[in-house]
Formats: sequence, C-alpha cells, structure tokens
Amino acid sequence: MQLSRDQLLRAYRQMKVIREFEERLHVDIQTGEIAGFTHLYCGQEAVAVGVCEHLSTDDKIVSTHRGHGHCLAKGCDVDGMMAEIWGSRDGLCKGKGGSMHIADVDKGMLGANGIVGAGAPIAVGAGIAAKIDRKGHVAIAFSGDGACNQGTTFEAMNMAVVTKAACIFVFENNHYSEHTGFEYAVGTNKDIASRAEAFGMKIWRGDGTDFFSVFETMREVLDYVRAPGNGPAAVEFDTERFFGHFEGDPQRYRGPGELDRIRETRDCLKKFRASVTGAGLLSDADLDTVDADVMEAIETAVTKAKAAPRPKPEDVLEDVYISY
Amino acid sequence: MARMMYREAVLSTIAEEMERDENVVVLGEDVVGGNGTAGGPEAIGGIWSTSAGLYGKFGADRVIDTPISESAIMGAAAGLALTGKRPVAELMFADFIGVSLDQIWNQLAKFRYMFGGKTKCPAVIRMAWGAGYNAAAQHSQAVHHILTGMPGLKVVMPSTPADVKGLLRTAIRDDDPVIFLEHKALYGVKGEVPDDKDFMIPFGHARLSRAGNDVTIVSTGLLLGFCEAVADKLAAEGIGCDVIDLRTTSPLDEEAILDSVEVTGRLVVVDETNPRCSLAGDICAMVAEKAFASLKAPPISVTPPHTPVPFARELETAYLPSIPKIEAAVRKVLSYR
Ligand SMILES: Cc1ncc(C[n+]2csc(CCOP(=O)(O)OP(=O)(O)O)c2C)c(N)n1
Ligand SMILES: [Mg+2]
Repeated sequence: MQLSRDQLLRAYRQMKVIREFEERLHVDIQTGEIAGFTHLYCGQEAVAVGVCEHLSTDDKIVSTHRGHGHCLAKGCDVDGMMAEIWGSRDGLCKGKGGSMHIADVDKGMLGANGIVGAGAPIAVGAGIAAKIDRKGHVAIAFSGDGACNQGTTFEAMNMAVVTKAACIFVFENNHYSEHTGFEYAVGTNKDIASRAEAFGMKIWRGDGTDFFSVFETMREVLDYVRAPGNGPAAVEFDTERFFGHFEGDPQRYRGPGELDRIRETRDCLKKFRASVTGAGLLSDADLDTVDADVMEAIETAVTKAKAAPRPKPEDVLEDVYISY
Repeated sequence: MARMMYREAVLSTIAEEMERDENVVVLGEDVVGGNGTAGGPEAIGGIWSTSAGLYGKFGADRVIDTPISESAIMGAAAGLALTGKRPVAELMFADFIGVSLDQIWNQLAKFRYMFGGKTKCPAVIRMAWGAGYNAAAQHSQAVHHILTGMPGLKVVMPSTPADVKGLLRTAIRDDDPVIFLEHKALYGVKGEVPDDKDFMIPFGHARLSRAGNDVTIVSTGLLLGFCEAVADKLAAEGIGCDVIDLRTTSPLDEEAILDSVEVTGRLVVVDETNPRCSLAGDICAMVAEKAFASLKAPPISVTPPHTPVPFARELETAYLPSIPKIEAAVRKVLSYR
C-alpha cells in the first residue's frame, strides 16, 4: 500500500531523529559528562519506526536496555529523553532512571529495561488487558536475539498463546548479544521466528534494515493480532547495530571491515532515501530539509539538557512508598 | 608477593585452581566472549576481564559460554556440583539473582541439608555488585543481606586483591555453595598478593584494617575504604578506630566484633544494603544482644535510604554512604553521653 507524502516524511524524520540522537550521544559520552551505561540503537531505526508508525498511544510497547529508538518512535519527548540521559531533573524520569529506564506510560511506552528478558512477560500482561478491553489495542515486546534465550521470554510466549493475549513479540536480530554471536547462542535452526512458531504462534519475518519491509510486515501482523480471538504473534527482523554493545565496547568480535560494510549496505536511512527518490516520491531536497530540521532539534535538546537543573539530594527520597 | 589488580586476582585464582583440579569448570554469559563471531572466541574474554584466556588454556569443556539464561546457569551449576564438578559460575551483575533465585535459594543452598547430608554441593557463584557507576536501579544493587539470610549459603565479599586470592581459593575448595561478591568499583584496585598457590583465608575470620580503642567501625566492600579514610582522619585528632573488614557475612565473625566493642563500647556499622532487614541492622542487634553491658552508646548504622538506587550522579552520591556521613556517625556515637 502506498504511503502518503506526509507519512513518508514522518517516517523518515522519526528514523533520522533516532539516528542523530544516538550519533550525538556517541560523541557526547566521550567527554565523560554523561554517566552510566549507554546502549545505542543506531542501525536498527527501521524496526522501531516501522513498528511504531502503526501504533496509537493506546497501544503499548515494552522495550529493552537498547531502548532509545523504541522510546523516540513511540513518541517520547526528545528533550525529555536527552535530559534524562544527562541525568537532569527535567528528564522524563527526573534523572532517576537514566538511559536504561526511560519510560512514558502516558504515551504507551512501558519502559526500557535493564534486565534482559524482563520485557516479554510485562507485554503479556498488557496484551491480556488489551484483550479484556476489546478495543483492538495491542502490546508489543521488543526483544533482542540474546533475550530470546531467556526463560522469561519462553514463558511469556507460551502464556501469551494460552491466554490469547493481544501481544506481539518483535525480535530484533542484530546478530550479537553483547560480544557473543547469535550463531553460537541460539540453538534452533539459527533463527528465532521458528522458535516462536513452535510455541504455537503465527510468525512473520522481515528485513530490519528496510523501513518498507518492516512497515508492510507489521501491517499484516497488526491486522492479525488486532482481530478479536486470534491471540499473539511473533516477528523476527534481521538488523544491524552500528555501535558497540555499550559505549566503550572495543568490538574486537567484529570481522575486518564489518562496520564499514554494514554502514554502507545495511543503513536504513540510505535505503529509504534511495527508494523514495528513485520512485520519485520525495526529492533529495525534501529529505535534506528534514535532516537540517532534525539536527537543529537534537542541538536544542542537548543545549536544554546541559542547562537543565540538576536533581537535588532530597529527591532521592521521593517516588517510593516510604523512606527511612 | 606480586602486585595485581582485584580483577586480576580473581582471574589468576580461577586459573590456578583449574590447573590444580580438573573438576573446576567455569560457566557464564560471555565468559569466553566472542563465540560465534568473526573476531573468534575470546575476542573479549568476559565483560569484567575475569575470565580472559581461560578458554584458550582449558578449552570449551571447562570454560562454558552460556546463552542469556541465568536460571539455567545457576541450575547447571547445581547439577554440576551434584555430579562431582566444582563449577565457578558467573552471574554478571548481582542484580540478576532476581531471574535466577530459585536455583540459588531453593536448590543449591538446600541440597546438602534436605538430602540429609548425603551430598556435597561445591559451587561458587561469582557476581559483581554495588553502586558507584551510575548504572541505576537494576545494575547497582547490594544483595548480600538477602543471600546472607539464606541458610545453606556461604557469603564472601573481599575488599582487597589479597583477600580475593585467599577467599576465592577457599571458596573453590569448599564443599558448600559459596556466593562470591566482587565490588565493581574495586576491580581496578591494586594490592600485594601472596604467590603461594595454596594461600587460603578461612571463612568467618574478619580482618582488622585499622586499630584503635575509641570506636568500632564494621564494614565491607567499597565502603570499607571510606571507613579507613575516616579512621585515618580521626587518628590525627587522637581518636582511635578499629575498622573491621568482615570478609564473609556468612559465616560472620561475631567474636571479632564483640571483642572490639568490649574495648571501645561504641559501634558504627557501615553497609551498602538498604536499611530494613539489613546487614547493619543484623550486626547492631547481635551486639545489643551479646555485648549490651559493654555499650557506652546506642550503635549507629550508616546505610543508603530505603529506596532503589537512583541514576543521576547527584542522586547516587546522595544515596550512598559517604566519608562525611560516616565521619558524622562516628562523631555522633563518640559524643553520646
Ligand atoms: C538478566 C540479564 N542478564 C544479562 C544482562 C547483561 N546484558 C545486557 S544486554 C545483554 C545482551 C542482550 O543481547 P540482545 O538481547 O541480543 O540485545 P542487543 O544488546 O543486541 O540489543 C546482556 C547479556 C542483563 N542486563 N540482564
Ligand atoms: Mg542482539
């Protein structure tokens, strides 16, 4: 199905926001001003955006330690996210969560998560709620190829099937869990989708470096899961991560030239541009305008985050039921 | 003596014990670190560099890279231990006891007792713990109070490279399950370590790291260094502190604490776990029960507040016990009349 000019521009902008948000963090983290562990989503933008462009705020997502892309795609405020990662009081979580715990429940974003495999069961709960409410909403669990080996993920898949939860397991296979290859760690047929299928779910596969592949695949998946009575589904997207597991990772596990090659041939933004300009749907100038606009938005977010008030020591005692 | 980092003491002790006893095996996520990649196995060698080179030396049978499956890793450690092996399992972050607790708590810890003493369960579960890295609520926690409260487990928390060496060797040779807690902020700390390949430190023997007659300070891990700094500062003012490094919280060296309090009459316990049902509370209660007559002031505990670990630098600093907070507590216990 053909997307409108506005839809195309919006999808491109969303992917570009994620890309530049992460590229900027990659630079700023090296100054030492940003604390904590940061896992960048660069390279996987087409998945987050291709999924979330179909969703309303009533649809829920549960994310991972590599969550910035999911958060931005689901509509979390760019300034609020940047401020959170900078640990400021204006951050989406008041500086209490940081990169690994960004959440905005009002936007249907039920949290990034520092515990690998913790997201899938939470999505089952949200998917059961969606089923009970019968409004056609869904809950989506983003998981990595590493997380697909966690018992919690297995339990979640089976429980979603037996409860017919309106939930979708989106597996982003970027071929690595930390420093270990997918080839080593996943035993079944070297793929994840067939494992989900064995739990009794309908499955799909797509190219996670191609926005159109993700978007069109997700249209089918969502039509299926939104229809009453069908229950859950799973989809595996093959994708790439452009940076290390976390910022500071020496990445010695990569092959020679691997990073250059994936940046050259598997970049969802380059592919999108080639595809829409080739088909005459958008011009390079259209996209360049978006690029400039995004760069400015990121610059503004960083400026605001740096200038934002720092948390106060007494804030530690707030937002928990009791303090001693 | 050799000078080495805390993390190097972990690695070299494991290597020496693997050399000595072929039943010692290592398992955990990324302990090989590069399996199934173009860079080849051992491209990284473990996230904490505490297993680098083991795979090359001892091979895939004894250095087992696992998928992200903590429950199965802990369970496999239990199964290995029941069948004659001596697993040294790595749980990358102590916070991940959450996903694997049944295998630690209901299985490993209980086998010897439940089976009427008919089995040994020689497993070591290593884990990195503690705050100080702005790693936020799910990667910064202190969990030793939870594990110390579980019958059947021994809980070890070294604070120097030499103690890593002596305690980890004892842990690997012990026939019971041992939780071995490595404070993340100490991995880079250097110290002198004995060369003797049989150097062992028995469990339940605290270390007196500073000696003085006025106050007893009990601590472990990263905070022990803070306590030493306070003791050194007060020494210049003529105030003497006993600083007791617990080394193991189960078994607990009650005698060392009680002997010291008998002299000083004043106790400050400094610990990184939250205050409720905590190690600090446990030790204060033990001293109140067993040395009430020696006490000249109510014991004081210095702990984080009853909150999760926050992310931002300012918040984490406010959360953790600090040198000024410890000093204030010591002065308070001294000024009690
Ligand atoms: C329960 C748990 N185990 C281990 C970790 C450490 N860890 C963080 S991310 C990660 C790898 C995750 O791989 P994958 O699911 O493929 O996600 P990716 O990093 O590729 O996005 C690991 C092992 C963790 N955070 N939580
Ligand atoms: Mg992965």
